[in-house]
Amino acid sequence: MSTNTLVNAPTLPQRARNIRRNALRMGEVQGQGYIAQALDISDVLAVAYFHAMRYRPEEPTWEDRDRFLLSNGHYAIALYAALIEAGIIPQTELETYGFDESRLPMSGMASYTPGMEMSGGSLGLGLSIAVGMGLGLKRKGSKSRVFTLFSDGELDEGSKWEAMMSAAHHKLDNLIAIIDVNNQQADGPSKQMMGFEPLVDKLEAFGWFVRRVDGNDLDAVVAAFDAASSHPQPQPRVIVADTLMGKGVPFLEQREKNHFIRVEAHEWKLALAELDAEDRS
Amino acid sequence: MKSAISATPGKPRLTTSAMIASIAAEGQKTKPAPFGHALVELARSRLEVVGLTADLGKYTDLHIFAREFPDRYYQMGMAEQLLYGAASGMAAEGFMPFATTYAVFASRRAYDFIHQTIAEEDRNVKIVCALPGLTSGYGPSHQAAEDLALFRAMPNMTVIDPCDALEIEQIVPAIAAHHGPVYMRLLRGQVPLVLDEYNYQFKLGKASLIRDGQEVLIISSGIMTMRALEAAKELAGDGVDAAVLHVPTIKPLDHEAILREAGKPGRLVVVAENHTIIGGLGEAVAALLMRSGVHPAFRQIALPDEFLAAGALPTLHDRYGISTAEVARQIKGWLR
Repeated sequence: MSTNTLVNAPTLPQRARNIRRNALRMGEVQGQGYIAQALDISDVLAVAYFHAMRYRPEEPTWEDRDRFLLSNGHYAIALYAALIEAGIIPQTELETYGFDESRLPMSGMASYTPGMEMSGGSLGLGLSIAVGMGLGLKRKGSKSRVFTLFSDGELDEGSKWEAMMSAAHHKLDNLIAIIDVNNQQADGPSKQMMGFEPLVDKLEAFGWFVRRVDGNDLDAVVAAFDAASSHPQPQPRVIVADTLMGKGVPFLEQREKNHFIRVEAHEWKLALAELDAEDRS
Repeated sequence: MKSAISATPGKPRLTTSAMIASIAAEGQKTKPAPFGHALVELARSRLEVVGLTADLGKYTDLHIFAREFPDRYYQMGMAEQLLYGAASGMAAEGFMPFATTYAVFASRRAYDFIHQTIAEEDRNVKIVCALPGLTSGYGPSHQAAEDLALFRAMPNMTVIDPCDALEIEQIVPAIAAHHGPVYMRLLRGQVPLVLDEYNYQFKLGKASLIRDGQEVLIISSGIMTMRALEAAKELAGDGVDAAVLHVPTIKPLDHEAILREAGKPGRLVVVAENHTIIGGLGEAVAALLMRSGVHPAFRQIALPDEFLAAGALPTLHDRYGISTAEVARQIKGWLR
């Protein structure tokens, strides 16, 4: 949680809605984007940034912060939305998303954006970096932890499994991975691209502490982060979050599933309206 | 099907295991594991130095460091992508990883990891790799004939090709003083000692005229500087006066020194490198000369653009034209 404790701070559901709203507004700016993924992961990011992680919005490189590595760089729109809600990126920059000279490029890079700790996008990089950070933090005697988000599609990459073995081998109990299982890759449903189930069994066999939850059930996600944080054994932790693409905007939830979902120009306002209607209901 | 190497008549038939741990010639002056010892020396004062390897600690001389600083040594297993991703993560936390493997694995297997997590993120990782160019008789699986071309093409990467044990000892503190990613070719085991006779001092980004001469200028890096110096002695016996410009930093290239030396009139310019003729020092120098309007007679000594054979290194170095005798022979032919 932010070290700036606010009086009358928004609740987690409100945070999640704000993240979704930020993402939709960025999607509207570009007329496109990985909006369905951003909507599916907003609840997880709300819990990460407003329940689990320690950081200082005004000092993104604060030494004692928890690190967050976005391995799936195309989810940048979602992380920017969370970083804006967290006050790490000013709200005014939202309008620059994907424009020339913006600090918010379409694929996330460490060299562009405050709070973006790695250059993702080439899938399969994040967990290896997380292993190195975890080792480094232990070497320094730091209490900070490394969170890393990656997608189910990245399980196809061999490097992920190198890093899984390594994290367990080095007993990295300061590492918390989050896998977004939305079952959607570039060419189709993830499970048809390369089957990865039974995922919990696999991860446990690799030496990880595993919690699998409905990634759009805030209470369940909070419980998973709490369990991952408090688990006493010296092993890395992973939260497998089953999520729904387009979550929070009913007509996008029902749209034919695609890696890069099509949204017509007039539908962005409609999506925001549906999100607000959900908020009031 | 690759044709077997035919033995030169009158020469003993060598085996691949000859020179397996060292590229030194028989009777040559050597020093053991200069990288490992230099890293230990550096790590005594630079507490942020850590050593990482992918199951090749013993074969990259990192075991010397591991023995001295066991808690600063990280065995990452035979996983090169992880090795360089994790090195990036440790550098992000303020450490200075020296991450070792063979040149083939860093350049060909882990390229994207180094590109994205180290070069693009500007992490202070030193990539130190054994068996550069043609220094293994195991065939293409272990022969990194294209490592310099690959790392030269990567933005924000400093690329170094040392000649001998003395230079390796000097490079280690020099690259530690430079903040940023470095790719360094490593000579391991009993490493030839050559430059001690020339009052040599490595400077990052600088070429060094080790020997002057009137008829031919050899521009070389790595072990080819050793070969060039030996060939120059041989050529002197035949009345040919050869200069040797050693260029250990392949990137950034020392434009000033190369243009100054290559621009002196009347000399044949020969670039000699332990690397494929594509994309290494030779083409870098050629492009620099063309861009600068300097047009000496120009030749390249380099490995051919093909998958190289397995066999004993002396045999292979003769076959592919990078042995001392072959360097001298080719130059004499060009001067004729």
